[in-house]
Amino acid sequence: MVGLRAFLAVASLSLFAASSPGKAQTPVAENIQIGLSTDHVSITAGFSGADLTIFGSLENADPLVARQGRYDIIVVLEGPARPVVVRRKDRVLGIWINLESETFENVPVSYSVATTRPLQDVTDPNSYKQLSLGAANIYMQPADDGDSPATIQEFTAALRERKTATGLYSENVGGVQFLSQNLFRATVRLAPNVPVGTHKARAFLFKSGLFIKESSAQLEIRKSGFEQSIFRIAHDYSFLYGVFAVSLAMLTGWLGRLVFRKD
Amino acid sequence: MGIYLPIAEISVNIFVLLAMGAAVGFLSGMFGVGGGFLITPLLIFYNIPPAIAVATGANQVIASSFSGALSHVKRGTLDFKLGGVLLAGGIVGSTGGIFVFGFLRRLGQLDLFISLLYVVLLGTVGGLMLVESVNALRATRSGAAPVLKKSGQHNWIHRLPLKMRFRASKLFVSVIPVLGLGAGIGFLSSIMGVGGGFIMVPALIYLLKVPTNVVVGTSLFQIIFTSAYTTLVHATTNQTVDVMLAFLLMAGGVAGAQYGAKAGQRLRGEQLRALLALLVLAVAIRLAIDLFVTPPNLYSLSGVDPT
Repeated sequence: MVGLRAFLAVASLSLFAASSPGKAQTPVAENIQIGLSTDHVSITAGFSGADLTIFGSLENADPLVARQGRYDIIVVLEGPARPVVVRRKDRVLGIWINLESETFENVPVSYSVATTRPLQDVTDPNSYKQLSLGAANIYMQPADDGDSPATIQEFTAALRERKTATGLYSENVGGVQFLSQNLFRATVRLAPNVPVGTHKARAFLFKSGLFIKESSAQLEIRKSGFEQSIFRIAHDYSFLYGVFAVSLAMLTGWLGRLVFRKD
Repeated sequence: MGIYLPIAEISVNIFVLLAMGAAVGFLSGMFGVGGGFLITPLLIFYNIPPAIAVATGANQVIASSFSGALSHVKRGTLDFKLGGVLLAGGIVGSTGGIFVFGFLRRLGQLDLFISLLYVVLLGTVGGLMLVESVNALRATRSGAAPVLKKSGQHNWIHRLPLKMRFRASKLFVSVIPVLGLGAGIGFLSSIMGVGGGFIMVPALIYLLKVPTNVVVGTSLFQIIFTSAYTTLVHATTNQTVDVMLAFLLMAGGVAGAQYGAKAGQRLRGEQLRALLALLVLAVAIRLAIDLFVTPPNLYSLSGVDPT
């Protein structure tokens, strides 16, 4: 509901901006707002990834700066944070075995970024670090502080690499487009294996490389319909679910014999 | 056509799974094995997480062995008493296996352990069977009568105490090896997601000297219950049974199994065993290669089980 209202607000704001070209001369600080047309997304049986569109508005934009394209927007959709174990395989007697491991607390399961321009063109690395913005700058807290910094660094890098390879961490350069001077649209990628739970959408506004303002909204990703029921039953009524699985197997076996019997 | 698996949490192709089920079902009907030793590795090759492949494999095995056992009941080639004693051992072994499974999963060594067990067991059983059946084939070709069951020839197993008579199998043997065999199979069933037919069948033939015609039916009978129990326990303790996945495999499997059973009747015993041995060896070699070849990704991620 919140998302819906925000979207309506965006629409009315842009109308207002369009209908009143003559505006006050006093410089007012820019503001950014984002809105989602829905507060939840449902994953169905055929889900193989999707693009999620987030609309937003830029308030009090300086027309000159806007015309020169010096406003940049970065939109992030961050999945729920969960602890993760990263394991490294090493060769023992010729066989590859998981030996070393490192546990990290609170790693976002997914992290999709959309930007107006390549990240390195928007602002400098230090600003990203301060904002902990971008997959490379998320702070990952190791569960065991005793490990050497080199080890932690190695496993952190591996964690990011695996997340990127599986599509959970993604970057969509050019995924944010200005529809008008005040209205923009961001397209972030939802991976096929996007985690369920509460996702947080955040938009960062930069003006000539300087961070101005941030805005956020929440999005719930759910499994819908039949699949969700199965998942929930498997966890909440696991014994009954097991009995059902066994009965289904026996029934299938019996029916299969009736239908396809060859003797 | 894609379908989303609710427990495995990935999208897969529905026809690939049906075909996989049908192919394995055909082989299982032909050889009288549940087919779990083929289904589980195939699912793992198809990127299903091993923990789910194992639990779902056990579920799928129920359908094919139930279907197969029904044919044997009709033909009277099922020894219920022998199957019952094997089953008693199986329940104990399976319970132990579930605990080991959970423990290895927390350690992060489950996948390795599953692969190693597969390689060692399939390699050994396949190798032994191949040697034996090739010898038998040679013997028949050179004109000598096949000597599978020499009466009067007993091994150490037949000297153990607590003897019991199994009328349908024409057997008078101690219950200790029978219970032990059942327990061993139960343990493997829960860790590997197999019914254990590929071990049960040769063990009954070579160790207990059960007549070959009773072996398959009895083995299937025991497998139904061991894998049903395994499925139940995996469902309650690990929540790793994916009914959607299992159902697709079963649907293909039961169809294939009936055709396979018919094809199997046209082949002679030692030919059948030689083919099964080759199949078992092929799976073992494929899995062994994966253990030694440098993996494309040295690093892997996994969630932390809330304990």
